[in-house]
Amino acid sequence: MSDIKILNNICTQVRRDILRMVHKVNSGHPGGSLGCVEFFVSLYFSVMKIEIPFSMNGKNEDVFFLSNGHISPVFYSVLARKGYFPLEELNTFRLINSRLQGHPTTHEGLPGIRIASGSLGQGLSVAIGSALTKKLNNDPKTVFVLLGDGELQEGQNWEAFMYASGKGVDNIIATIDLNGKQIDGSTNEVLPMGDIAQKLKAFGWEVLAVKEGNNIEKIIEALKLAKDKLGQKKPIAILLHSEMGNGVDFMMHTHAWHGKAPNDEQLKDALAQNKETLGDY
Amino acid sequence: MKKYTNQGSNDTRSGFGDGLTELGRTNPNVVALCADLIGSLKMQKFIDENPERFFQIGIAEANMIGIAAGLTIGGKIPFTGTFANFSTGRVYDQIRQSIAYSGKNVKICASHAGVTLGEDGATHQILEDIGMMKMLPGMTVINPCDYNQTKAATIAIADFNGPVYLRFGRPKVPNFTTHETGFEVGKGILLNPGTDVTIIATGHLVWEALKAGEELEREGIYAEVINIHTIKPLDEDIILKSIEKTGCLVSAEEHNYLGGMGESIAGLLALKNPCPIEFVATQDTFGESGTPAQLMSKYGLDKKAIMSKVASVLKRKLLLNT
Repeated sequence: MSDIKILNNICTQVRRDILRMVHKVNSGHPGGSLGCVEFFVSLYFSVMKIEIPFSMNGKNEDVFFLSNGHISPVFYSVLARKGYFPLEELNTFRLINSRLQGHPTTHEGLPGIRIASGSLGQGLSVAIGSALTKKLNNDPKTVFVLLGDGELQEGQNWEAFMYASGKGVDNIIATIDLNGKQIDGSTNEVLPMGDIAQKLKAFGWEVLAVKEGNNIEKIIEALKLAKDKLGQKKPIAILLHSEMGNGVDFMMHTHAWHGKAPNDEQLKDALAQNKETLGDY
Repeated sequence: MKKYTNQGSNDTRSGFGDGLTELGRTNPNVVALCADLIGSLKMQKFIDENPERFFQIGIAEANMIGIAAGLTIGGKIPFTGTFANFSTGRVYDQIRQSIAYSGKNVKICASHAGVTLGEDGATHQILEDIGMMKMLPGMTVINPCDYNQTKAATIAIADFNGPVYLRFGRPKVPNFTTHETGFEVGKGILLNPGTDVTIIATGHLVWEALKAGEELEREGIYAEVINIHTIKPLDEDIILKSIEKTGCLVSAEEHNYLGGMGESIAGLLALKNPCPIEFVATQDTFGESGTPAQLMSKYGLDKKAIMSKVASVLKRKLLLNT
């Protein structure tokens, strides 16, 4: 089986995990999670050089921060599938006494999580801090961070964009999940943000785009290109044109599934579109 | 009664700056961040000696807090520096999620706290910061009283694992603690023993409490004067032990009575040993422009105000015992 086929099989299983997790507790955010499955699988199963067992300090390994913490289902599934913690623990998502809180946190000691996120707009700053520490430690590895596009409405991001380019933080790759949707509607309906690529360029960032944001080959290609561009006194941004709800026909092309779980019938339909590949948890 | 002498007035922010300089020389993991207030925070010497370990963030405090949280990942010990107002209220959610909830070893160092910031007025004079910071689970809150104690506290918190809010001020104030006074996070300091009333002071009010104690003694009232520099976690033992002797207490701080140290002490007493308590603190108000001395007097934050509250609390104690 080709590497890409293996990665796509992982994606299908991760989609099943996401759907089953949010269905079980009738809450959570399947839309954005499904939209970023290929991105997470590309990072954790192909691009990033990581160490398991987990160490908070992440010295001499690539590290990842999730700023838009509400897409925790995809993060948890990928971390578990990668081996950070037992798969069965996905059963505890959003339940009392779980390490898998609604939004990711270090507070319960879940391996793989280095910062709490959920209150939006904070992850890029944290990632920049982590990148600065890597430089101080002469650690050549890379810091990755994922942000939502709606999240860019938070002003702190622009403080961070300004800082990273102004100070030449060039060991960081920030991906923006450009699905064009947020809770109340399309980003254009809620608050038009104009040309994000031009804005980031004006802020001094090197900007790459993945037009097919759910195509694993294209994502890996972009991440590798981004890595090649590191170390040139410029931070790198990747605009990931993803489809919210990807892989489940009735969840795509709408913002309706941003924060809503499928009912029993909808779950059955969604799972039928994503057949088990690695075995359900 | 032990007599404390002013070894030469100095500002507590210089104690922070000099403590940070010393840490720069002794602890390679200490890094510092500032949001465009290097001079006010007295950080220049640290920067001159460790340029690679200093990060000028610009006027972007939210970003500073996030970057500080990230710097801990990989073992750095970040000290952020800006005014107390911009260190807390402006960035409360960033501190809450990225530092406190995430359990990051960041030291939030906040100068120009309280009304003694002076002429800049209420936009810059925060009187709510202790309340906000002490409410955060896992946050340690320290408000040292003079130059020496601020320097000692700055050095001590580098070795203390966990988020800390260190609050200090702008004006030159008497410098009276010594090496002998000691400093340990979470441990109150018995400055003068007494039997009639306990005065617990923090920050700039400690010197005023000592002066009040001296004057009270001349009136035949023996005040036990305690310095609580660590407001959270509160040194419950030293307080409870003291009121066993005195049976009443006056707290003194440059902060709103709501959310301040006095409120924490009142909560402790209500639970463990109820007794009369009075607060020397601001009365749910904003500050205003003026000199530090004028403002301390107008807002009831000086020796005179402490003496007056001691008189009130002694009256209440007497009524209770008759």
